[in-house]
Amino acid sequence: MLELPFLKPKPVRGILALYDSPDEILTAAALVTEHGFRNVDAYTPYPVHGLSEALGIKKSWVPYVTLVMGLSGAALGLTFEIWTSAYDWPINVGGKPMISLPAFIPVFFESGVLIGGTMTLAALLVACGLPNFQVPILDRDLTNDRFGLFLPEKAGPAWNEERAIQLLRSTRAVDVRVIRG
Amino acid sequence: MSANETAMVNVTGEPLLINPNKTFADVNAEVAAPIERKPGKLWWIFFGISLLLTLQFAAEITYQIIKGVGIWGLNHPVGWAVDITSFVFWIGIGHAGTLISAILHLFRQRWRTAINRSAEAMTIFAVMTAGLFPLIHTGRPWFAYWLVPYPNWRYLWVNFRSPLVWDVFAVSTYMTISICFWYTGLIPDFASLRDRSTGWKRGIYSVLALGWRGSERHWQHYERAYMMLAGLSTPLVLSVHSIVSFDFATSILPGWHTTIFPPYFVAGAIFSGFAMVVTLLVILRKVFKMEEYITMHHLENMNKIILVTGMMVGYAYATEFFIALYSGNAFEKFIFLNRAGGPFAWSYWIMVSCNVIAPQVFWFKRFRRSLVVMFIVSLLVNVGMWFERFTIIVTSLHRDFIPVNWSYYKPTIFDISVIVGSFGFFFMWFLLFCRFFPTISMAEVKQVLWNSKKAAGKVPATPPEKIHA
Repeated sequence: MLELPFLKPKPVRGILALYDSPDEILTAAALVTEHGFRNVDAYTPYPVHGLSEALGIKKSWVPYVTLVMGLSGAALGLTFEIWTSAYDWPINVGGKPMISLPAFIPVFFESGVLIGGTMTLAALLVACGLPNFQVPILDRDLTNDRFGLFLPEKAGPAWNEERAIQLLRSTRAVDVRVIRG
Repeated sequence: MSANETAMVNVTGEPLLINPNKTFADVNAEVAAPIERKPGKLWWIFFGISLLLTLQFAAEITYQIIKGVGIWGLNHPVGWAVDITSFVFWIGIGHAGTLISAILHLFRQRWRTAINRSAEAMTIFAVMTAGLFPLIHTGRPWFAYWLVPYPNWRYLWVNFRSPLVWDVFAVSTYMTISICFWYTGLIPDFASLRDRSTGWKRGIYSVLALGWRGSERHWQHYERAYMMLAGLSTPLVLSVHSIVSFDFATSILPGWHTTIFPPYFVAGAIFSGFAMVVTLLVILRKVFKMEEYITMHHLENMNKIILVTGMMVGYAYATEFFIALYSGNAFEKFIFLNRAGGPFAWSYWIMVSCNVIAPQVFWFKRFRRSLVVMFIVSLLVNVGMWFERFTIIVTSLHRDFIPVNWSYYKPTIFDISVIVGSFGFFFMWFLLFCRFFPTISMAEVKQVLWNSKKAAGKVPATPPEKIHA
């Protein structure tokens, strides 16, 4: 790893349990939630369906951004077309009306898609706090073939390190590690 | 069907998309392999040829900018020829990528996962190539920014009633959204590559992955955002080629002035794009040994789409011909009879035989699953679709209303140079993509792999029971 200042990870503390299948982590996630652990996160190589429900993670708000920005983009496009064609410098083109709504549809639609799409990507980055090069990589195989359940220190009112380790060891984890910075 | 393939069938008898004996780690290792080893001789040969073609393309464009568009065979009345033909052709090629990545995603067609990345890359490079043509066609590309509405000292705005302005908006939006969609899909894979590599490569992939960790909180946003982008791309892809067809349909020229153009162009775009995807994938899976990911099942599915869209295109040819004869409009009737029997009849019949007749072999399973047959048909379809646009543009222009205006279009060496050059330019980018980027979406294939494992009974169908501490 290049030792650039912005790539230097910030320390984290907690317990990481590694699994080798998505089903194992689903079962384990439900178990730790049942035992009162909160703010638990999972690191998986691909989105495992059912995991956010098991960990009590709220649904994403990104689609609202797409809706609002898509509509605003379209409105902006149409307003701009009307303003430039009919108010700022009205020019009679082929005797068509100044506000030629049917002819304005393509640009109206495209500007909605353009703003909606780019803002969706922007919203995704904001929602995930990316780019962020300071979160440590807990295990290199988490983007490969390992599914990690991470209980950050003080994960909920029921936090008890000994108990957390015991609970995770009782699942079919391939490895349970205590992470300290 | 080999013994190995017959074994890969799920309970309902459908072939599995991927061999269930693979592990998740195999996927990463095999997809990353072409990036991590030095490229083979075959890659260098292809790249060398593409680079040479691109260089001659650059030389042609430079010369053409100095001398003017007169070096092409364009002249009154044929003012649009090879350049606009190639523009429409390349934009059309791009459409298959978005169809595979967005529309098949919305329809939950799981087989898209092995091919969407390369198809999306193809879209971006095809749109890049397409974008060059209107620019050089203007003759004075340094004034191309006049097409964009910006505050200027003349206080003039663009004419929003003009299809050429719609084109600028449609193509630039298409390019931008395709890149957003592609990059979103690449983020988790860049993270996988980062975690496999060391040294300066790790530095590059770290930056490209933006610090992605695969956190469930992030996946939650990621999946929804990806779905939204797919939802936006779907009407976008249909709109882009509709708008391209408006360039013709809103004019008053017989042969162009038809309401059938938007759906006809969109079907043709998907048709030609799928043919290009097949051409590329047949080579890609061979050169990079991806046969286990891009299986015969994937290729067969694509060949089915080529057959369907080919018949839609054939139906459109028949409809426009019939309506022209049935309309009673002398000019309209003449244009179509002239297409099929006039001086450019050769172009019309190349179009019909390549686009309508050639894909009919795909009715037979044997041919749908034959690499040689599909490769030849995909090339023929590409040729046919290029000639479709040539037929629409040049044969409609060369004999319009008054016979004194009539003329014949002959391409010059420079026209040939831009066509060949555009292929070189496109393939150069595609080859670079295959070399430096993961050509298959690792994260998505792993999902499909798990489903395959379940279907094959390699892992229990339901998650294990809770084990209480």
